[in-house]
Amino acid sequence: MSDRTVISDARLVLRKDLRIERASKVVISQVVPFAIMTLVLFGFGISPDARVVLGEGASRSVQAQVAPGLIFIAILLSALLALSRSFGVESADGTLDGLRLAGLDPAGIFLGKAGAVLVQLLSVGVVVTSGAFLFFSVQVDWTIARAVLLVTTLGAATAGIAAAGTIYSALAAGLRVRDTLVPLLVVPVLAPVLLGAGQAADAALFGATVDGWPWVGALAVFALLYGWVGIISFDSLLEDA
Amino acid sequence: MSTALTGPSSSKASRVIGLLALASTAILLLVGLVLSPPEVDQADSVRLMYIHVPSAIASLYLAFGVTFIGSVIYLRTQSTFWDLMAHAGAEIGVMFCAFVLLTGMLWGRPTWGVYWQWDPRLTSTVISFVLYLGYLAVRKMDLDPAVRSRRAAILGIISFANLIIVRYSVQWWRSLHQGNTVGRDTQMDGLILFSFFWGILTFTLIFTWLLIHRFRLAWYEHQAGATSLDDAIAARRAERTPPLAGEAL
Repeated sequence: MSDRTVISDARLVLRKDLRIERASKVVISQVVPFAIMTLVLFGFGISPDARVVLGEGASRSVQAQVAPGLIFIAILLSALLALSRSFGVESADGTLDGLRLAGLDPAGIFLGKAGAVLVQLLSVGVVVTSGAFLFFSVQVDWTIARAVLLVTTLGAATAGIAAAGTIYSALAAGLRVRDTLVPLLVVPVLAPVLLGAGQAADAALFGATVDGWPWVGALAVFALLYGWVGIISFDSLLEDA
Repeated sequence: MSTALTGPSSSKASRVIGLLALASTAILLLVGLVLSPPEVDQADSVRLMYIHVPSAIASLYLAFGVTFIGSVIYLRTQSTFWDLMAHAGAEIGVMFCAFVLLTGMLWGRPTWGVYWQWDPRLTSTVISFVLYLGYLAVRKMDLDPAVRSRRAAILGIISFANLIIVRYSVQWWRSLHQGNTVGRDTQMDGLILFSFFWGILTFTLIFTWLLIHRFRLAWYEHQAGATSLDDAIAARRAERTPPLAGEAL
């Protein structure tokens, strides 16, 4: 018992959640298709023929122009499902109490659950980003700097979404109204993430990459802040959950 | 407003504050609508400032500040007083916040030509509004009161931090609009400035008055909740007719 640390507890919970996902394939078979469908719906909402004039005779389709924001809206909506799933598996048979009774550190439980959500969201993010390029015909003059900025943005934004989302899901854990309460709590909190990630991705795809990095910094600060809040508050949140 | 004079949630102090708020409102109406001149650029629409900015201060700073402080103290001391204070603050804050949004949009129409502009203040205020609606939803959760209060307190603290994050992120996103209303090259006419500060005073009084009443109501609710089960059981017992002679048990 003595060699157990927060990190090893976190790893245990993370492996448990990913193992459940491997067995049930809920994220792969339900959340990812939902995310793709969201992109298709955006395509219906924004006319494929509408174009933005960029000057000097150049133009870009509105779909491609707004793709950076749409990518993260799709990820956010999928995150709500992934979070609901993450705590749905704990609500049956009092497994959350079981985790506590097993002597796991609450901070470890938080990091493990947030980590598992992060891994799932990253895979959703890769699919959504590729899908957006495909559906919205986004044309980018790729450079290494652009690719690095885009990947970092994805990582920092999903980390923030996973950390904040896990806290609010724990807050509503074990409630009948959980499924409606979590989106109400999480979406306004994640508005700044959406804003920052949209701006950073826009800089990565179309603008100057130097404009994107401050936003990535802000996203990283957000993720760290919520990671810290989760570590210190999960003990109180899990009590009598 | 007559409830300031009667009713179980009032006291001598709250009656005085209520009367002061009423008198202050009357003066604000007089100064704001009659005595103060129209402004050079905004003409009569500047009069909205006398209620818009004060209600923003009452909501975002005073009310949500009370929620934040109440939440912090509750987590440290488990004091019911501060728990209910936090709840009362959030509820009044949400009400003022709705008022800020409404007056902001009404002000936007003549100033910008549209009701909604993606102005950092309007945008961050609408997000804050939903944030605290979430807090109130948590206060309604079907849970053991102590657990609910603890979760609400954690949320009350995070929400205040969120208020700041949302504010700065939106400001950064749209760093092209007017800054603070007061402090930056304020060339306000004396009476306009007076009305503005009188508005802040008036709304602070209204806020205080509402907070006292909302808190007392919450306190009675809490007391009733604590005793209602015992009372119900006692009432049920009293209904029972005395056992008949010779009845078993």
